[in-house]
Amino acid sequence: MIDTLAEVLPPLMPMLAGVPLLTGALAAAFRKRRTLRHVISLATLTGILVFSVLMVVVTAQGTVLAHQVGLWNYGIAIPFVVDAIAALVLMIISILGITSVMFAMGTHEARARFYHPFVLILFAGVSGALMTGDIFNLFVFIEVMLLPSYGLLAMMGAKLGANGARIYVTVNLLASTMLLAGIALVYGTAGSVNLAELHGAAAEDPAVAIGGGVMLVALSIKAAVVPVHGWLTRTYPMTSPAVTALFSGIHTKVSIYAIYRIYSVLFDGDPTFLWVALVVTSLTMAIGVFGAMGEKTTRSILVFHMISQIGYILIGAGLFTVFGLTAAIFYLLHHMIVKASLFLSTGAIEETYGTGEISKLGGMLRREPLVAVTFMVAALSLAGLPPFSGFVAKFTIIQATLQESHYWVAIVAVVVSVFTLLSMLKIWTGVFMGPEPKNLEADALESQARMHGKRYLRVEAQAETPTLSIGPPTATTTAVWEGRQAVKVPIKLIIPGAILAAITVFFGLGAELLMMLSETAAEQLMDPSDYVEAVSGA
Amino acid sequence: MSIAVAVGLLTAASVYLFMQRGMVRIVLGFVLVSHAANLIIFAAGNPAFREIPYVGVAAPDDQADPLPQAFVLTAIVIAFSITMFMVTLAITTTTDDDTETEEESPVKVLTSSMPTVAAPRSTNGDADAPEPRTSQLPAQHSRAEERRDGEGGRP
Repeated sequence: MIDTLAEVLPPLMPMLAGVPLLTGALAAAFRKRRTLRHVISLATLTGILVFSVLMVVVTAQGTVLAHQVGLWNYGIAIPFVVDAIAALVLMIISILGITSVMFAMGTHEARARFYHPFVLILFAGVSGALMTGDIFNLFVFIEVMLLPSYGLLAMMGAKLGANGARIYVTVNLLASTMLLAGIALVYGTAGSVNLAELHGAAAEDPAVAIGGGVMLVALSIKAAVVPVHGWLTRTYPMTSPAVTALFSGIHTKVSIYAIYRIYSVLFDGDPTFLWVALVVTSLTMAIGVFGAMGEKTTRSILVFHMISQIGYILIGAGLFTVFGLTAAIFYLLHHMIVKASLFLSTGAIEETYGTGEISKLGGMLRREPLVAVTFMVAALSLAGLPPFSGFVAKFTIIQATLQESHYWVAIVAVVVSVFTLLSMLKIWTGVFMGPEPKNLEADALESQARMHGKRYLRVEAQAETPTLSIGPPTATTTAVWEGRQAVKVPIKLIIPGAILAAITVFFGLGAELLMMLSETAAEQLMDPSDYVEAVSGA
Repeated sequence: MSIAVAVGLLTAASVYLFMQRGMVRIVLGFVLVSHAANLIIFAAGNPAFREIPYVGVAAPDDQADPLPQAFVLTAIVIAFSITMFMVTLAITTTTDDDTETEEESPVKVLTSSMPTVAAPRSTNGDADAPEPRTSQLPAQHSRAEERRDGEGGRP
């Protein structure tokens, strides 16, 4: 069974990038068929999920799937390669895609004509970037991934001003150009852009290492590692919660994946530079969490947390042992799920009550118990408490640092956890506990009308006259809102976050399975000879 | 060597432009930096080979490396599309392309577009005639206006 799959899957792998491109174009073509667009989008994302689960099953034994696109010879074609880490990351990303599209359908954002096409093309870029075994093609797929993101960010963030989109585009274009320059330097010094052909080139030749270093710096900018993290905290909160949740698991994480892949193959895990990674990750953990403590809205706190957690994930790159990489891969997969869950549960409140500002919210535990439970599960998992997957992730990361006698990194990781818990408690006490603000409901209704009224009249009044005017409230419309029933987060906005929270519980209780898969992935990163063999066909 | 000098000049000019005020100048900086990156790719193909890389046109020993040319062709298209998008961002959503706005933290923007505290309502509960809550539109236009006011003294 698995052997047949291993034969059948590789020629189909380019479809993972091709089909979303095609269905994305299809979805863009159907101007007026909104339901059809929803169906196309969810069907494509589910297809990616099913395909990636199959790939996880096949690669779990250490098999590497490789296909030369266009069937040209090795070294000429662009190879698509999938090993355990690529399959796992793709699986988790497609779960995130499905849940955040569900959320966007709940908030009616997905009704925008180009929402689904953008998401599908984004996924084409993601699967291409994860599968490609060619560094120039990696750059191209990263751009395929970024261009629709610019559209999504600007489209959904238009009401928050242009600055978010401007910063996002400029920083990312600069990082992409740096990546391109790095690729050019590698090609100029080593004479190839095929990762398998470049195996170990940077460890042997310092000139190649400089080119590879430029690439790694560019990818670190995209991953928002500490000296270059400011752009993320100023752009991710500047769009809609659904888009933030989608991006949280994709862009920075694909860059992290690329960092791991390039350090594993191009640098062959060369231990000379690992101390740099350890210093940078420790700084990232600490500065990210301190930034989070100072923020005032739920989403900007969570965005700073993302930076701090990126530090944790990259510790694995600084250790480069099988155990360290296992822990880091587990952390990466766990973190993508948990972060998206947190963005979705706080986003549900933000969408319904019209504000994410902590001081304007309160008493949600009584009002929205389901959201509160979802948030609490994910928050405790993020802070690393025992029943959830975050505990396993942090525990193994710290164990791995201790094993390599990097005591100060372990200390930073533990202390940062305490601050993570503190800032999660800040959201918890501010949003879920305490008294309800006096005008909570009226403000919520009004902001709903303002946020959605211009685009679609979805404020359903309970009164006999369900007509609502667009624009500033008049005496009549206010009266209609006053007569409305209590504001509640609709169940369709709770479900996506709850699914992800359930997955983190599952990964916590059944950590053995994911840990095993992560270990296979880590072994392949430590010793990329299987990868090279699979691509070169030797 | 001449390519190295050109790359250096282009990069220096682009860094200078990135630091300028105004989105259009930043876009011009990006145009220059992608030129620099493209020249680096050309240089990677060893510019000592100058003949056209086309079958039968020249001896293969003298033909230029075609792979970097394909890379550059791809990169030009990508940079072009993003440049177009940036130019669009420069002319939409605000009154000018100024990037030197006051500190625009997400908190500020997220909260300013949300409803402010409601107008005083009757506290004793008899809300038979609720006051229209009109004066609460956030000052969406105020930033541009403030700036214009602030620059009032300038010629």
